[in-house]
Amino acid sequence: MPASHTLERRDLDDLFAALSRRGYTILGPTVQSQAIVYGELRSSADLPGGWTDQQEAGHYRLRRRTDEALFGYNVGPHSWKVRQLPSERRIFRARRDADGGLCDIEQPAPDERRYAFLGVRSCELHAMGILDRVLLGGAHPDPVERAAREGVFIVAVQCTQAGGTCFCSSMGTGPEATRGYDLAMTEVIEDGRHYFVLDVGSESGAELLGELTHTPAEPSAQEAARALRALAAEQMGRELDTSDIRDLLYRNYESPRWDEVADRCLSCGNCTMVCPTCFCTSVEDVTDLAGDSVERVQRWDSCFTVDYSHIHGGSVRASTRSRYRQWMTHKLATWIDQFGSSGCVGCGRCITWCPVGIDITEEARAIREEDGVRDAFA
Amino acid sequence: MRSLEDLIADAPTFRGLAPDQIALIAGCGANERFEAGAALQREGEPADRFFLIREGAVALQIQAPGRGEIVIETLQPGEVVGFSWLFEPHRWQFDARANEPTRVIAFDGACLRGKCEADHELGYELMRRFAWALTERLQATRLQLLDVYGHGRRG
Amino acid sequence: MAAAAEALTDVPGPMVPAPWTVRSKRRDTADTWTLELEPAAGGAISFEPGQFTMLSAFGTGEVPISISGDPGSASGPLVHTVRAVGLATQAICDADVGDRLSVRGPFGRPWPTAELAGRDVLVVAGGIGLAPLRPAILSLLAGRERHGRLALLYGGREPEQLLYPSELQGWPELGIDVAVTVDSAGPEWLGHVGVVTRLVARAEIDPARTSALLCGPEVMMRFTVAALTRAGVAAQDIHVSMERNMQCGIGHCGHCQLGPSLVCRDGPVYRWSELEPWLAIREL
Repeated sequence: MPASHTLERRDLDDLFAALSRRGYTILGPTVQSQAIVYGELRSSADLPGGWTDQQEAGHYRLRRRTDEALFGYNVGPHSWKVRQLPSERRIFRARRDADGGLCDIEQPAPDERRYAFLGVRSCELHAMGILDRVLLGGAHPDPVERAAREGVFIVAVQCTQAGGTCFCSSMGTGPEATRGYDLAMTEVIEDGRHYFVLDVGSESGAELLGELTHTPAEPSAQEAARALRALAAEQMGRELDTSDIRDLLYRNYESPRWDEVADRCLSCGNCTMVCPTCFCTSVEDVTDLAGDSVERVQRWDSCFTVDYSHIHGGSVRASTRSRYRQWMTHKLATWIDQFGSSGCVGCGRCITWCPVGIDITEEARAIREEDGVRDAFA
Repeated sequence: MRSLEDLIADAPTFRGLAPDQIALIAGCGANERFEAGAALQREGEPADRFFLIREGAVALQIQAPGRGEIVIETLQPGEVVGFSWLFEPHRWQFDARANEPTRVIAFDGACLRGKCEADHELGYELMRRFAWALTERLQATRLQLLDVYGHGRRG
Repeated sequence: MAAAAEALTDVPGPMVPAPWTVRSKRRDTADTWTLELEPAAGGAISFEPGQFTMLSAFGTGEVPISISGDPGSASGPLVHTVRAVGLATQAICDADVGDRLSVRGPFGRPWPTAELAGRDVLVVAGGIGLAPLRPAILSLLAGRERHGRLALLYGGREPEQLLYPSELQGWPELGIDVAVTVDSAGPEWLGHVGVVTRLVARAEIDPARTSALLCGPEVMMRFTVAALTRAGVAAQDIHVSMERNMQCGIGHCGHCQLGPSLVCRDGPVYRWSELEPWLAIREL
C-alpha cells in the first residue's frame, strides 16, 4: 500500500499556488445560482466550504453544514464532460469561393490554457474514461478532443458521504477512486483538526506534492480517512442490480413499463444534459445573411428530441415511449455492445434533475420484476 | 409435344393435385395463343373463362378517364389470369392484354364449376390453390399500395 | 500573438471536409441526378462497394450519400446518385459542372464481396437503392468468373423513375440477368408491373448457393427478405443496406444508433441474421 500524506487545511492554498505556478487554470466546485457547479477557482475560499447538497428524485437543495468541510457534498448539475465535449464547438469556419466551394477553411486553434480539475469524484473519473472510449477509441479520434484531454492535472476527491441519488457502488465506479488521478484527497475533520489525507496517483502528482507542506500520514489519519470512505459506501441512496442487465433489457423492449414511464416523461432531455456520459451531438451549418461565409458547428443534442431520429419520411422514434426506452437501454445495455462498458456511472444526476423525478434505478427494478411480460398494446 | 395434363401439373398453382384430378381439369381446358397486344378479356364482359399462362406475359389494365390505360400488374408463365369466373356476377374486373406473343391454356369456367360441384374433393383442392394465389396477389398489391418509392407518409 | 488568434491547423481532423469539383452532371429522373466529382486538391479516394461519403453543398449541411461509381477504377471520378428530398440534397442536385462540393469519407462497412466468391449472387434493388448496389454489380462483373449465376431484380415506381436504363440493357451481355418491374405504368410499358418481391419467386434460385444483396426502402427490403426466405435462402446469406439519420459519419454523434450498433460504423451493410431481431422492434 503506497504511503499517504497529510495536508492541513491551513496549507491547502499551497496546492492552488503550486498549480498556478505551473500555469494551470484551476476548475472545481463552487457555489453559484443555488447549486454547486464547476467554475474557475483562485483559492480554497472559492470552494463550497460549509455547504452540502440534499438530493432526491426531482429535488436539489443546498444546505449549510455544521462544519466547514470543503467537499461535503456529492455532484451537481455540471459534469466534466463539457471539457471533453464542449456544449458548442466550431469545427471550422470558411468562406464561399467563386465555384460555391469552401475556401479559407479555418479550424479554431486548440485552447492554449492548461487545466487542473480539482475535486473530481470517482464516478466522474469513470465517466471521463467512458467518454474517452467513445470519442477517442474508435477509428476517427478527433485531434482537437484528444489535445483537450492530454495535459489535464486531476486532483480527485474521495467521497466521504454518499448522496440520496448516488448508486456508484452498484455500477462498480466508486465511491473510492483507485486510479486515473494525479492526486487524490480525503477530507477529515475530527477533534477540531481539519486536514486532508493525500494519495499520489502519478509522477506529476508526486512532483506537485513535493511543493506542498505535507507530512507522512500517521496510521490514525489513514484509518480515519479509510473509515470515512467506507461510510460513503454504506450510504448509497439508490441501488441498481446490474446482473445480466444487458440481456434483461434486450428481452424486454415490449415491457408495459415503458408505457408507464412514458406517461410521466416530459421528453425534456434534462437527464441527457446533466449525464456525464451522454455524448449525442448535432452538426449544423450556419451561414451569414449574404451566404458568403459558413460555420460548421457541433453542439449537444438529445435523443429525446422528436427529430433526433428523423429520416426521409419521418422520425423513427416518434413516441416518448420509444425515446425514453432508447435512452435507458442505450445507457445500460446497448452501450456495452457499442463501446465495451456500461454507459452509466451511478452518479444519480438524471434522478435528481428530472423534473418529474423519474428514477433509472426504479425503472430497472420494475422491468426486472416484470421480466417477460409483454405489453398487449405495443 | 406435351399434353395438357403435363402442362397443368407443372404449373405452381396446380402443384400436388392427383393425376385423376388433373385429368378432370384438363377436360375443361384447351390451348390458345394470343398475339402481342391482343386482349384476353375486357372489363365488364362475361367472365366465362380463365387462363393459365404457359409462355409470354399478360398485363392487367384498367382504364381511367383522364389517365388512359394504367397497367396494374403483369402476370407470368405459371400464373392464373382471372378469378371472376368463380363467383357471381361472373364479370371481368379488369382488362387483360398480352404484352408479347402469349400461349395459354384457356379453361371453361362453367365446365370447371360443374365438376367442382359434382366432386367436392376436387373443389376443395382447387379452392385452396386459388385462395393461396389470391393471398399472394393481395400481399403484393398491399405492398404496391404503400408506394414505397414515393415521397411522404405512405412508405 | 493576439488573443483568440485562429490559424489553419496542419491536421484537418475527421470532421473537416475536402473540396471536390463537379466534373459532370446527368439528370436521371424528375428528382434524381448523378454527379461525377474529381478532387479539387489532393488525390482520388479509393472505396469499397456499399460505402458512403458525407456530402454537402456550401452552407446547407452534410448528408450521407452512397458512392455509386466503379470501385475498380483507381483514378476514376467519385460518383454520387442523389435524390433531392430536402434542403441539403436539393442544394447538391443544384450544383453545376465546375461547382465545388465538400466531401468526407468514405465511411461504413461495405458489401461483403469476398464472401461471394464461388456463389450465385442475387441483387435486389428498390428505387434509389440501385445506386449503392451499382458498385457491387460492377465489381461482380469485373470478376465474373469468380461467381456462379448473377441476377439483378430491380423495382421502381414508374418507368420514368428507373435509374441507369442503358446499363440495365447492357448488363445482361456482361453476365448478369436483369429483371425490372415498376409499381404502375402506362400501356406503352411492356415490362413487368408489380412489386419486386414477385420477381423473386420466379428467379429460379438455388438457395444453398445463393447470397443476396438488398437495398431499397425498409418495407421493401423486409418483404423481399420474406420472399427470399420462402425460397430457402439463409438469413446469414442475405445482406441489406440500412439508412438512419447521420450527422458525423464517424461514430461520435449518436444519431445513427440502431439498437446495439451504429449504422455509420457497423453498417450500412448488415447481415440479415444479425439485424433481424432488432428490426422487429417498432420504433427501435
